[in-house]
Amino acid sequence: MKKLLKNKTVLANARIYLLVTLGFVVMFFMNNAGMLSSSWKGYLVPICVYISLAVSLNLLVGICGELSLGHAGFMGIGAFTGIVIAALLKGKVESDFLRLLIAMVGGGILSGILGFLIGIPVLRLRGDYLAIVTLAFGEIMKNIIGNLYAGTDNNGFHMAVTTTKMALGDGGKYIINGPMGATGVQKLATFPMGFLLVLFTLFVVLNLVNSKEGRAIKAVRDNRIAAESVGINVTAFRMKAFVVSAVLAGMAGALFGLNYSSITASKFNFNTSINILVFVVMGGMGNILGSVISATVLYVLPEAMRSLEDYRLILYAVVLILVMLFTWSPKVKEKVAIVSDKFSRMFKKKEVETNG
Amino acid sequence: MKKFIALMLAMLMVMGLMAGCSSSETAAEAPAAESAAGAIKLGMCGPLTGGAAVYGTAVQAGMEIAVEEINAKGGLQFALNCQDDEHDTEKAANAYNALKDWGMQIMAGPVTTAPSNVVAGECANDQIFMLTPSASGVSVIEYGDNIFQICFTDPNQGVASADYMASRELGTTIGVIYDSSDVYSAGIYEKFAAQAEANGLNIACVEAFTADNKADLTTQVTKCKDAGCDLVFLPFYATEAAQVLTYANTIDYSPIFFGCDGLDGVLTVEGFDPALAEGVMLLTPFSADSSDVATQMFVAKYQDKTGIVPNQFAADAYDVIYAIAQACEKGGVTADMSASEINAIMVEQFTSMTFDGLTGKGMTWAATGEVSKSPMAVVIENGTYVGVE
Repeated sequence: MKKLLKNKTVLANARIYLLVTLGFVVMFFMNNAGMLSSSWKGYLVPICVYISLAVSLNLLVGICGELSLGHAGFMGIGAFTGIVIAALLKGKVESDFLRLLIAMVGGGILSGILGFLIGIPVLRLRGDYLAIVTLAFGEIMKNIIGNLYAGTDNNGFHMAVTTTKMALGDGGKYIINGPMGATGVQKLATFPMGFLLVLFTLFVVLNLVNSKEGRAIKAVRDNRIAAESVGINVTAFRMKAFVVSAVLAGMAGALFGLNYSSITASKFNFNTSINILVFVVMGGMGNILGSVISATVLYVLPEAMRSLEDYRLILYAVVLILVMLFTWSPKVKEKVAIVSDKFSRMFKKKEVETNG
Repeated sequence: MKKFIALMLAMLMVMGLMAGCSSSETAAEAPAAESAAGAIKLGMCGPLTGGAAVYGTAVQAGMEIAVEEINAKGGLQFALNCQDDEHDTEKAANAYNALKDWGMQIMAGPVTTAPSNVVAGECANDQIFMLTPSASGVSVIEYGDNIFQICFTDPNQGVASADYMASRELGTTIGVIYDSSDVYSAGIYEKFAAQAEANGLNIACVEAFTADNKADLTTQVTKCKDAGCDLVFLPFYATEAAQVLTYANTIDYSPIFFGCDGLDGVLTVEGFDPALAEGVMLLTPFSADSSDVATQMFVAKYQDKTGIVPNQFAADAYDVIYAIAQACEKGGVTADMSASEINAIMVEQFTSMTFDGLTGKGMTWAATGEVSKSPMAVVIENGTYVGVE
């Protein structure tokens, strides 16, 4: 146990879990005690979703070193799959919690399968090319979903890409109505489920990073040729990261989709992808805790500035620029290092005292 | 330099803190929210920024004028709080929650359909009465019995357009350009196509575009020209219509352009020469040149306030406030009632009352929340909307 505690990565990971759990417990009890405003209650689930998205994208961008601009595409697949599954299981699965779970797993699986299929041609590309292809993938997905009709009638489930083929019979009801998106969605998403999703995402990503596979993935990132020469199957490891990232994004998307009574495909556009990427870059590439914090702060920031009206959009941009400038400034880094050094010394001293 | 940046950061932090702590108080002081004691709190959310801001700001201005007028009369007092939803479903949910924190008692919005689908779901859940000025999707009012519209639904607009064209024999060869990625546009087109077929109209050319490739609509216009269309139906918003009209002018193509209420506002699109919109017909319940006294007063006030001629969205918004005021007066709503108490009274009033507004006389509402009023066609002449007939 002592050995485990001295292990740096274990400590660092424990810190992330601790922080997230603490955040959840505080928010959960405040919510139950009725201390949260409606706005804050509304932020809880999206924050969990964006944390999961940022962490899963960080796996791809930070750990694997591949720039992906189509993360919202996976999110969208997950969202609409989740909505369809949840609607189909209505009345068949009693527990809302279970239904949500199945919807999320379903969304994750479909997103993962599509991620795998798209990965076969895409992961042969590198750098900018991969970014462009993922960007195209996200847009294609958005447009396909935007033209998708799905609904149920007495004869069962129907799906088509045009309205003419989509003649619903008696008792027909659209689940996804093409460009009109999904309307009348039953809101199943809950904050505890969001927390579970964040935990699951962290568990998967952190364990993957600190495993043999993770080291191989990092080796591929740092020097592809060197990695290949020691016998690492480059495409296979990149594929692993890509698919895991897609599955997690799909699950987060399903939770997101089931958090609103209506959603349109246009939500999952390039801007959303970039937004998630901003969370990752702001938090620091490869820095999982950074992604968690930046996703939370940057989601709440523009909302908290609502009272500044139109200026909030400008201020949001200013904040982004300043954070970028400051976190990269060597002087600031130096000072942060000094402060954290002092803290860790204090911590160590205490440890010695308690041990002695 | 270092000091400057430090100062900037400090300022930002202070602002952030202010925004974080006092959001509920400052929101109450939003424009036109003269939150006098005992005022009924009306919430509105709409696209005040972004691509659809033309509509959001028009609605905001229209509502502010109405609230000022009603408050000036004494008696019933309103406080209005407008929040930005950027025409985005997620932001709309946040805007709605912000309004709820402020203490909103009646929802007088949202402006566009996609955000309305989200807000309507919340309003139905929370039992807050919702009357939207301009979210015309059918799905909006399906969320609950307390969701009402003051504008036509999209299918009605499509059907009415097809009927109008057939009865006036406006064109022999009809072309349609629509935005297949937009709820509003696709909704109108579907019903229009069905009704046009029933009316025996000849649709020669149907061209779609999506939100992503609307930067260039020249192909669609050219195809309509090549198909020899003498009437082109444009069931979408003003910004895109401005593009279509500009391009049609450069290729000397001048059919009758016919649009729905989304086209309203085309005259005020930035960088668009209003002269090109001459002769464009649109189906809208409001025309700014009407000889009606109330309309003229509203137009004058709106021009004073914003410097532009109000479009149908502004008029709808103005009507929304007056309809709510009428229902509040008749139902004896007071500011100290809870949102759900007001909701019950409003639903009862709206399903039984008749309302005369700028956008129609003798409006009534069905229990579904759908309005019944007669559509009217206007044509753009000399830079203003002129009623046909």
